[in-house]
Amino acid sequence: MTLSVPTSGARSAAPVPTDPLVIETAGLTKRFRGGQIAVNRIDLAVPKGAVYGFLGPNGSGKTTTIRMLLGLVFATEGTISMLGRKIPAEAGRALPWVGSLVEGPAFHPYLSGRVNLARLDAADLTASRRNSSVRVDRALERVGLSAAAGKRYRNYSLGMRQRLGIAAALLQPRKLLILDEPTNGLDPQGTREVRHLVGELSRDGITVFVSSHLLSEVEQVCTHVGVMRTGSLVWQGSMADLGSQQKVRVVVETADSAAAKGVLADLGLADIAEESGVASAVLGSRPPEQVVAALVAGGVRVRGFAVAKPNLEDIFVQLTGEGFDVSG
Amino acid sequence: MSAAEPEAVAGPSERLPVRRPALGGRLLGNEIRLLMRRRRNQLILVALAAIPVIIGVAVKATTNSGSSADGLIGSITNNGIFVSFTALVVVIPIFLPMAVSVVVGETIAGEAGAGTLRYLLAVPVGRTRLLVIKFLAVAFWCLLIATTVAVAGLVIGFALFPAGDVTLLSGTQTTLLGGLGRLLLVVGYAGLMMLALATAGLFISTLTEVPLAAMAASLGVAIAMQVLVAVPQLHALRPWLISNYFLDFGDVLRDPLLFGGLTHGALAAVAYIAIFFSLAWARFTSKDITS
Ligand SMILES: Nc1ncnc2c1ncn2[C@@H]1O[C@H](COP(=O)(O)OP(=O)(O)O)[C@@H](O)[C@H]1O
Ligand SMILES: [Mg+2]
Repeated sequence: MTLSVPTSGARSAAPVPTDPLVIETAGLTKRFRGGQIAVNRIDLAVPKGAVYGFLGPNGSGKTTTIRMLLGLVFATEGTISMLGRKIPAEAGRALPWVGSLVEGPAFHPYLSGRVNLARLDAADLTASRRNSSVRVDRALERVGLSAAAGKRYRNYSLGMRQRLGIAAALLQPRKLLILDEPTNGLDPQGTREVRHLVGELSRDGITVFVSSHLLSEVEQVCTHVGVMRTGSLVWQGSMADLGSQQKVRVVVETADSAAAKGVLADLGLADIAEESGVASAVLGSRPPEQVVAALVAGGVRVRGFAVAKPNLEDIFVQLTGEGFDVSG
Repeated sequence: MSAAEPEAVAGPSERLPVRRPALGGRLLGNEIRLLMRRRRNQLILVALAAIPVIIGVAVKATTNSGSSADGLIGSITNNGIFVSFTALVVVIPIFLPMAVSVVVGETIAGEAGAGTLRYLLAVPVGRTRLLVIKFLAVAFWCLLIATTVAVAGLVIGFALFPAGDVTLLSGTQTTLLGGLGRLLLVVGYAGLMMLALATAGLFISTLTEVPLAAMAASLGVAIAMQVLVAVPQLHALRPWLISNYFLDFGDVLRDPLLFGGLTHGALAAVAYIAIFFSLAWARFTSKDITS
């Protein structure tokens, strides 16, 4: 059996294949009238198939960035490429493939959910009149609103409104979903539903760009994260990159913390900390059992020994210099 | 649709499959349906239809056979069609501009205020296309309100007064069909005048996210123009005010039918429409949508 594998010579001539980027911005900047800079030279890179968590405290520029991606707000400087199209110049070619939810759902209050969706469907030049009602019904079904489809939007609960917004984003087959704080105002059950839906869509091959000021809400579904702080993108990368940045620490509980500190130092561990009863250090590549053996050999009376990974929250506090708004 | 290809790579180097665009009349149809479903707009139409009814009944009640007034009101007793002409003269200066302002203020500002504008534009609708659709829907409304008054006038007029040959203001006679043709001209002219006013309102509507403010401003502009036309000292300003041409259809009721006044007014209206639509376009296509 022969396999047609490119020769190594041919491979080395080609550039290292990288994931195609679904969203790519360069130096993207927005200065509102009045001089306030809302987004400051950010270079987003969202690979195809990613679930990209766009994180940052309130007022850090997430919504403004998303509005620029959708061609609603014009950038002061910088460029945007989305699905291979320049935004805003070629927005008409890219946006039919993008479903979005920006700063909460918005519909005509006196129209029913179904009529509201039919209006958005009618607005889409690429949608045929013939299948309109099928598309609308399918989208309503997908978010579980079929039963309430005939009710006026003003009588919808917050969760139903959010779901109608998501239904609108799913009216057409999409390649990219841009969701701005999709769990805002939802109860834990609603939040779980949104997360579940995001996971499902991602498995269908749709790239998802989801913003949140609550890390905990997205960290379970994200493959990539970007962290905003006062208009700047302070960190961006895959969750795997983030994991490798985590410094695993060994924590020794002992009455002889000074002695323990000495042993850890002798082992060549970095970033050693000591307070009464506890000594800790970054583990590095050394196996933890070696550390235990060295401690015991050094006569340290070990009461407790732990290998601790800092949680993401801690890492983000490091990155942003502040915690995320936990009040929601 | 055969466009669902979730696994197709949407990379920079690859073209997205093309979804074939349609002609795009669906949103206009939807827009007009929305306009007609609004309870408030339905009430406006009913109120406008009531005006010729009031005029017809009032004339019927106050004219005893024998004594006859002159001018338009006098003509009513001779032919019901004049209820329509009279009613149009009555509604054009203020009532129609009110009906226009209420609807036009809502166009862009209403969508912005409700937040639906961002979702329409993200569909994407295209800003120019949305503006054209809003303009066409408003044009429909302008024609509709003038037609409503005329039709209600005909119904009540022919119920209370004679039909038949129409004696024009110049004393000559024309057939009923000829009279209806002239009424159609006046309705078209009134619609065009209102559209000129509405286009100014459309521009105002692109300036704000508060529909009520856009309505009030549009109506304010309409009333201010009426006032300015009425001030003799500001005579020089008149040619620039669209309301100066609102009632320039008197020739339609005379023989021979002269188009001079109509054409002059229509040109002024077209100029208004061109200027204000351009302003609205320039504003709307360059505006940050932050609502
Ligand atoms: N239309 C606007 N005019 C002026 N400043 C604005 C406008 N919209 C947002 N901002 C400012 O830009 C910054 C970023 O806002 P936003 O993008 O909404 O942040 P986030 O979505 O992360 O909460 C904030 O300081 C906000 O006050
Ligand atoms: Mg926001």
